[in-house]
Amino acid sequence: MKFKTFAAFVAPSLVMMLLFIAAPLVSVFIGSFQLHQPVLQEVEEESCTPGFTGQTCTTTIVTRPVIAESGEMLTTTEWVGWTNYTRVLNPEAAWDAVTSFDWNALMQVDFWAALRFTLMFTLVTLPLVIGVGLAIALAVNNAAKHVRGPVIFVSLLPFIITPVIGALSIRWLFIGDGILTAGLEAWLDRDLALFAQAWTIELMMLFYRVWHVAPFAFVIFYAGLQTVNQDTLESAIIDGANRFERLRYVIVPHLAPLIVFIALIHLMDAYRVFEEIVGFTSQAHVISLQWLTYDFLQPDDSGNRAFGRASASAMLTMVGIVVLLIPLLRRTWRDHKGGSH
Amino acid sequence: MNLRPILMAGAISAVALPAAADCAYENDVSLRSLSAAFEAWTAVTDAMAECGNFEAELSQEFRTLQPEAMAANPALYQLGGVSNGTVTPLLNAETIRPLDDLVEQYGQQLRPNQLIRINGQTMAIAMMVNTQHLMYRADILEELDLDVPETWDEVLEVAAAIDEADMVDYPLGATMATGWNLAQDFNNMFLGYGGQFWNADGTPSVNSEAGVSALETMMEMTEYMDPEYLVSDSTYVQQQLQQGRIAMANLWASRGAAMDDEDESQVVGLVDAAAAPRAMEGGPPATTLWWDGIVIAANIPDEEAAAAFQVAMEGIDREMVEANNDAAIWLIEGYEPGRLAEGAIATASASPAPAAYPSTSQMGLMHSALGNELPAFFTGDVSAEEALAAVEAAYITSAQEAGVLE
Repeated sequence: MKFKTFAAFVAPSLVMMLLFIAAPLVSVFIGSFQLHQPVLQEVEEESCTPGFTGQTCTTTIVTRPVIAESGEMLTTTEWVGWTNYTRVLNPEAAWDAVTSFDWNALMQVDFWAALRFTLMFTLVTLPLVIGVGLAIALAVNNAAKHVRGPVIFVSLLPFIITPVIGALSIRWLFIGDGILTAGLEAWLDRDLALFAQAWTIELMMLFYRVWHVAPFAFVIFYAGLQTVNQDTLESAIIDGANRFERLRYVIVPHLAPLIVFIALIHLMDAYRVFEEIVGFTSQAHVISLQWLTYDFLQPDDSGNRAFGRASASAMLTMVGIVVLLIPLLRRTWRDHKGGSH
Repeated sequence: MNLRPILMAGAISAVALPAAADCAYENDVSLRSLSAAFEAWTAVTDAMAECGNFEAELSQEFRTLQPEAMAANPALYQLGGVSNGTVTPLLNAETIRPLDDLVEQYGQQLRPNQLIRINGQTMAIAMMVNTQHLMYRADILEELDLDVPETWDEVLEVAAAIDEADMVDYPLGATMATGWNLAQDFNNMFLGYGGQFWNADGTPSVNSEAGVSALETMMEMTEYMDPEYLVSDSTYVQQQLQQGRIAMANLWASRGAAMDDEDESQVVGLVDAAAAPRAMEGGPPATTLWWDGIVIAANIPDEEAAAAFQVAMEGIDREMVEANNDAAIWLIEGYEPGRLAEGAIATASASPAPAAYPSTSQMGLMHSALGNELPAFFTGDVSAEEALAAVEAAYITSAQEAGVLE
């Protein structure tokens, strides 16, 4: 293709990527080294609170922002170097905890607690999603032709449900004396409180994520299975390969690039785990990195937000994803250069 | 990231009702309001909608939406529903207007104690007061021959007796969901123990005797509570009471009417309300006083503001109160306190009286720090002192960031 034609085709997506991916990233990057503060003043203020009979008025010194003539709050922006990162990472407390082998103390720093859960969640769900997805794909591929349509439809349902709604449904099934908790209680003949400790909540989150994402892996694998070379399979049968050997030596190698693809997508998605935290209101027990960023951004009742720390935490999340993806990307790069696909 | 649906999940309901008869006049200016989503706001906004051209948005997330919506020019909502906690960012940014002229012109029906004055200017019109107080199953206490508890020690004794008799799943309920709710329960108890949030120089002082006592009392309460208390918010506790699964709870007065709602409640007529228990002898009831009311945006034309104020007056008039008497502890002319209002009135008129929730920037930061750091104490990961030290550290960080502390 001529370079000019190539450029004309690629330019719109490049512009979009610069506008919607690169520019926000740069602004978050810059924001993570800045601190925005309103200009404040102390004023004496008399405020009155209603009672049933009359009002109680009190005069106190309160802090109010200075309002410019334009009606906007006056703010200042300062370069603060690594301060935001230090505040998020709390390296001093973390290092103290590490050197004294105090796991519990390390988990008291939000960032490290979030990192612990996020990594665990990502690495545990990854093999499960790939395994369950492959199992469903094989099952559907071997099912009789006339039931395949309905089976595919049913297996896709979890993927269609909006993540938050799915998480909320699981919550309502299990919280308090929800149907499933009540069922489990009757079955096990004991009182259960699944939202009272971290490990049961984490288990439900893992279950929910696998249930939700396995259909995605299934669709990809199912498509891949349609292109498995039937001649190779037949010769494997003639050579006396059993079902497992055919899976191990013919089908899985054929699907390998798809496995890498799903692993890439899943790592990126799972590292940003968020809906589960909000849906299960699990903040007391379990938080994730993405939730931490969200929490910094949430204004409190008086409207304060921690933009700087939110930016720092977002940058750290991105760095984490990149680190996780490096081995997979290297593999893809090698394959690409080797020209095997 | 799908933030929007999460924020909205289950919470939002936008109602646009056609003009109906019960308004004194026909409103011809298009108006919108944004407020919280509890029963009293439904009653008030429904009454406003009768004037026509009025659209109400009731959202649990109003506290996140309101500051930005009011700061827009023109403001996205002419009317806002606020409480003494959530009015702070609007006062800070000066996005709500003084109402003195409008009160003089259209607000003759208002009582003087409804006018929320800041430095002499009326900035909001209060319509109701709210407070957390003790709601209890009168039938259970009577059957076990127990007195209504007046202090938290007595509450724990009564809870033990109810537990012994095994009459409900859990004797106690509390709004201890991680975050805002848990922090508010701590505030109540902390103030009940005579705690001060700040030293004179603005540094935090929650890691004190009062703070530790508050946490210890709360921990003792949890022995009689559903073990899933760290996810139980106001609605959850309300439902536990309605379904007869708990016997007592220190719950918002605005949730009282739901106990006698025959569509939802299995304990109609069985729940009574008493003053919030005291944390210590001779102290105030361990709770804070709140008001809810109406504000009008600054960034709108004066004609719109006048129209909005008139519609608001229709919303909080005598007819609305007469039709929804038990929906709230109204401050409006014509209100007859019912059985379930007794607790709130006893709380507010107790001596010494509980403090009003302090509406300052610092309190917002403190509330967040408490909500984020206290759960570790309840999950058993840290001691009370460690949790409170973490609160102070978190507060100092965010206060320095917000510029309210050197």
